Amino acid sequence: MSRPRKKAAISDLQLDADSTARFLPWALAVMVFLAALALVGALALDGTIDGWRRGVSAKLTVQIADRPGQPMQPRLDAAANLLRGVPGITDVQIMPRRAVEALLQPWLGAEALQADLPLPGLIDVTLGDTTALSIDALAARLQSAVPGARLDDPKPWLDRLVQLGRLLQSLGGGIVLLVGLAAAAMVIFATRAGLAARRDTIELLHLIGAEDGYIARQFQRHVARQAMRGGIIGAGLAAIVLVAIQLLAGGVGTGLLPGLSMVWWHWLALPLLPFGAAGLAIVTARLTVLGELRSML
Amino acid sequence: MVRFQNVGMRYGPGPEVLRDVSFELGTGSFHFLAGPSGAGKTSLLKLLYLALRPSRGLISMFGQDVSTASRAALPMLRRRIGVVFQDFRLLDHLSALDNVALPLRIAGADEKKAREHVIELLTWVGLGDRLDARPATLSGGEKQRVAIARAVIARPSLLLADEPTGNVDPDMAQRLMYLFVELNKLGTAVVLATHDTHLLDQFRFPVMRLRAGQLVIDRPTAGPAR
Repeated sequence: MSRPRKKAAISDLQLDADSTARFLPWALAVMVFLAALALVGALALDGTIDGWRRGVSAKLTVQIADRPGQPMQPRLDAAANLLRGVPGITDVQIMPRRAVEALLQPWLGAEALQADLPLPGLIDVTLGDTTALSIDALAARLQSAVPGARLDDPKPWLDRLVQLGRLLQSLGGGIVLLVGLAAAAMVIFATRAGLAARRDTIELLHLIGAEDGYIARQFQRHVARQAMRGGIIGAGLAAIVLVAIQLLAGGVGTGLLPGLSMVWWHWLALPLLPFGAAGLAIVTARLTVLGELRSML
Repeated sequence: MVRFQNVGMRYGPGPEVLRDVSFELGTGSFHFLAGPSGAGKTSLLKLLYLALRPSRGLISMFGQDVSTASRAALPMLRRRIGVVFQDFRLLDHLSALDNVALPLRIAGADEKKAREHVIELLTWVGLGDRLDARPATLSGGEKQRVAIARAVIARPSLLLADEPTGNVDPDMAQRLMYLFVELNKLGTAVVLATHDTHLLDQFRFPVMRLRAGQLVIDRPTAGPAR
């Protein structure tokens, strides 16, 4: 039974022979898989939230209700002129009726629009520096100058949406944290079991002059390998799942799903996770071993 | 180098297994340790190789008070002590070579040099062709020689051996005794626990005799036979 001897891999404690050596990588693989999905989800949500903010927060829409006997165009012009004079507003565009029709067509159908349907007039407002701008005051001014004009400020519902996004992100972060704690607990359990099974050998190593660090290093190397193995499996599976989600989402069309805005460095989190898991395992194993050995002479 | 002063040792609330033990071991000294079973030999050896701390009294080793030394200070002291355990305590999954190299590896010695040194020593104790053998495939005598090689490989200042010649034939016992004597001549203090009265007669070193937990030292009238 002469196995080829690997140089510098001689383990006095023969940790690879443990049953935990078989279970730990798989348990850690599941942990890393879950952490990977939660982490990448939380990161990608960041891009999505930024997209919402960029697209919406710099915009306002003014809606002018159709009133019988009052032609729309002069009212639109009056409102647009008022808006152009407001500091903080960089651009004011009256939407042509055709554009308004195009917006409504998917809901009302082409036929309904054929008729002389009273449609509201819309003005697209682009904001610049909004520090000096009070939306409420502007809405009041607009209302008194052009009765029937309403300022649609998307900010309140955008804020709620962003809040929800941030909450989901925190949830993702919390899941990563919990998964990390559970992984650490597993490493502690496996390390303690390994120590208990080797009390005699450890006592002998101590008597020969081994410091606690020498014994801890063997456990560290062992769990680092286990975590690396589990981490690669878990991150690999997560990568497959994420690619599948992206492909499926692409197939459905971007309009329906908010979409995971994955950028290149989000993918970078995946290959980093096994290293993170190994680092966590090393620190946990070291602290566990040093703590347990303190009770030995 | 080693000084015991009124050392007492008890396990838990039990009676004292060692009582008022006082002695000194100088550099290059050689002592046999004798006494009937249960007299406290093993406990005395355990105190000497720092597997136990005394219940009372003072133990000083290499200029350090062992009774109060911190845990962190023990490894460096232990590296100066070589121990041959009665049950050998070899690591079953390591080859003879790796077992013997263990103290050097723990002390951080250069692997290549250590290996040469280990092969040389194992060859000297007649195990040059058993370097890669695991303990399970070694005979009792061979295991004992591996255990002795492991104890002396790092040239300890103090060598403690519990019945180190108990499992080998008389020729090999002589050979091993000469190894201890040679090591002793190089300055290693040796304490050798044995029941073998022939050894006591042949090598007339002082004998530490334990009886019911108390120690007396018999000094031979004539000098050592060798």
